[in-house]
Amino acid sequence: MDETVTRATSGFGISVEDYLLPAHERIQMLHEDGTLLPEGEAGGEPGHRYPRPDDARLLAAYEQLVLGRRINDQNAALVRQGRMAVYPSSHGQEACQVAAAVALGEQDWLFPTYRDTVAVISRGVDPAQVMTNFRGEWHQGYDPHEHRTSIQSTPLTTQLLHAVGVAHAARLRGEDTVVLAMCGDGATSEGDFHEALNFAAVFHLPVVFFVQNNGYAISVPLAQQSVAPSLAHKAVGYGMAGERVDGNDMMALLAVLDRAVTLCREGGGPLLVEAETYRMQAHTNADDDTRYRQREEVSSWQAKDPLTRLRSYLDARGLLTEEQQERITEHAEAVAADLRAAMNQDVDPDPMELFEHVFTEPTPQLREQQQRLRDELARENEEAAR
Amino acid sequence: MSTQSPEAKQAAKQADFGGVSRQARGAHIDRPAPALRHEAPPAGPTTFAAALNTALADAMETDPSVLVLGEDVGKLGGVFRITDGLQERFGKERCFDTPLAESGIAGMAVGLAMNGMRPVIEMQFDAFAYPSLEQVFSHIAKMHNRTRGRVKLPITIRIPYAGGVGGVEHHADSSESYYAHTPGLKVFTPATTQDAYLMLREAIASDDPVIFFEPKKMYWSKQEADLSALRTAYEDGSAPRVEGCARIAREGSDATLIAYGPSVPTAVAAAEAAAEDGTSLEVIDLRTLVPLDDAAVEASVRRTGRAVVISEAPGFASVAAEIVARVQERAFTSLASPIKRVTGFDIPFPAPKLEKYQIPSVDRILDAVDELTWED
Repeated sequence: MDETVTRATSGFGISVEDYLLPAHERIQMLHEDGTLLPEGEAGGEPGHRYPRPDDARLLAAYEQLVLGRRINDQNAALVRQGRMAVYPSSHGQEACQVAAAVALGEQDWLFPTYRDTVAVISRGVDPAQVMTNFRGEWHQGYDPHEHRTSIQSTPLTTQLLHAVGVAHAARLRGEDTVVLAMCGDGATSEGDFHEALNFAAVFHLPVVFFVQNNGYAISVPLAQQSVAPSLAHKAVGYGMAGERVDGNDMMALLAVLDRAVTLCREGGGPLLVEAETYRMQAHTNADDDTRYRQREEVSSWQAKDPLTRLRSYLDARGLLTEEQQERITEHAEAVAADLRAAMNQDVDPDPMELFEHVFTEPTPQLREQQQRLRDELARENEEAAR
Repeated sequence: MSTQSPEAKQAAKQADFGGVSRQARGAHIDRPAPALRHEAPPAGPTTFAAALNTALADAMETDPSVLVLGEDVGKLGGVFRITDGLQERFGKERCFDTPLAESGIAGMAVGLAMNGMRPVIEMQFDAFAYPSLEQVFSHIAKMHNRTRGRVKLPITIRIPYAGGVGGVEHHADSSESYYAHTPGLKVFTPATTQDAYLMLREAIASDDPVIFFEPKKMYWSKQEADLSALRTAYEDGSAPRVEGCARIAREGSDATLIAYGPSVPTAVAAAEAAAEDGTSLEVIDLRTLVPLDDAAVEASVRRTGRAVVISEAPGFASVAAEIVARVQERAFTSLASPIKRVTGFDIPFPAPKLEKYQIPSVDRILDAVDELTWED
């Protein structure tokens, strides 16, 4: 057994096996109605006891949660209005989105998928820039280095390997960097999921693999992806620790991800965290989820909504004044209004740019093709003018 | 005492790696490797492999962000010994073995490059690189374009390729067309010891991803070279740039043979044989398939009026096909006959006892030249 794992577990006073295997039940701290689970039930096993995140942290996360939900709804509306080509919404999964972003420090890296727009925005990236892809203007719109947030990966799990490389380079350069890489339940069937977890484990890298298990890969249910006891159990095969957590419980998510990030920072990584959640809307606007999901199933998840759950908790604890709630809502509305304004502005991408970024310098052949297109457009313009 | 027959011993020695001969995989290389000597091998007959090994060492020496990773590249020095001595000299952090997973290697290189490194990855054999193709096509090739130039991926992917060394199946593919077809990848393939050094240095220094094809049958061929002088010339900027610059390997006036990688020596041999019969053939070594030196090819064909394109890869939808198309588009009025191709057949690469039928030969090239319907 790897020494770094042994060292990391000694702090918990548990065996390596207890450390590597997920708890028997997923970690949950808040009931669906926002009341606290008794301490003993909220992950009571040795090595799986988590301290509650403090109130200030929960309040800050709530603010991001409100914003994330507003952005999801705004984007869905923009798609309906034809202002955006496509939007894979994370409606219902916003607690996972926000927790992934706020568990990291500025020096850390996030590797998101196409559905993780809210996580990217929670890292501080300008929403309008994020939407460049979905409105069909260019493939990606933000500088990954600016907020240490990679571009949203459309191919499944390929980005987990990029996370491994970034973590490895960071260690070679002596940087204190933890990398959190996101993927979905369906993606755990991909070969790169295996290769990334194995590489990270063999090189002892500070990577948190964060799986949002929303039950479906478009239409295919989890039972057809894996018969493992849970996706978190897959970790033990790589010699890394796994944990599963209620993905609609912000408190539990923060507790589990905070510890995972801390363990990675201390040399106990990598780790695998599975969050059980649910995609409340179709895969994208082009999908019809009535063909594969019962409406009763969808509505049963309404009661587990992460936003109302955390709000109920904060309300009951007197942590959320009316004034605060108003300010948070106003802020979310303002961001949504800015996003709307940006998306309602027509963009006319320059076709000449098509040739500019294929390589760092266009080859003579690309210059030639660019000239052909320029001439073609000039001819069209001349004809239009006549 | 072993009771094995010499043949059985030889078979056992070859069994650990696809049957490629020990000679071909460099088991006879003189230790220490050039990389360990710190000084380039002395001027004189120098192997292609020594040039590559020296280029890797020099790149690592001059740029601390250059990393070498792959399967068996550490202690073993690579199955062809091209990375020999690098781990010993530069340490396990800069030259290291990865788990056996090609997609993992390529994907990890993306992250390394995103975070300031200049990774050189080794794919053990041409056909073993295929598991990495999603990473190569969807990310390595596209990242710069997707991010509008914000993310550069200075990755070099070294691939020993093509046949001629008696390798068993999956050890002898000519896979260059797949990569050359993919926008965003540069494709280099040297055919001389000198180019092996210069082109690998250029590939590693390039901010674009470069697929670097090494003709494996040429690893242990020797040519006159002065690597020390080449290093000085490369590092002080006086060496001519290779990217996008074809080379006239032999001058001639009656027809142009257009070749690259492992086909260049065959084309030169064909030109030498033709000269004895009074036919003057020019040989162009393309050196980089992407970007392609259209101008050099066009200029030569305009002079000679005839051309044969030679490549070991199956000819259908290939680099050779592309070159034929481009030459006729650009130099149609100068052509005295249709352009011919001598390529591999459109078949999976054959087993060792049959590989000679697949690889372009001097005779096949001369036959093609004869078919260029001479006017006189």
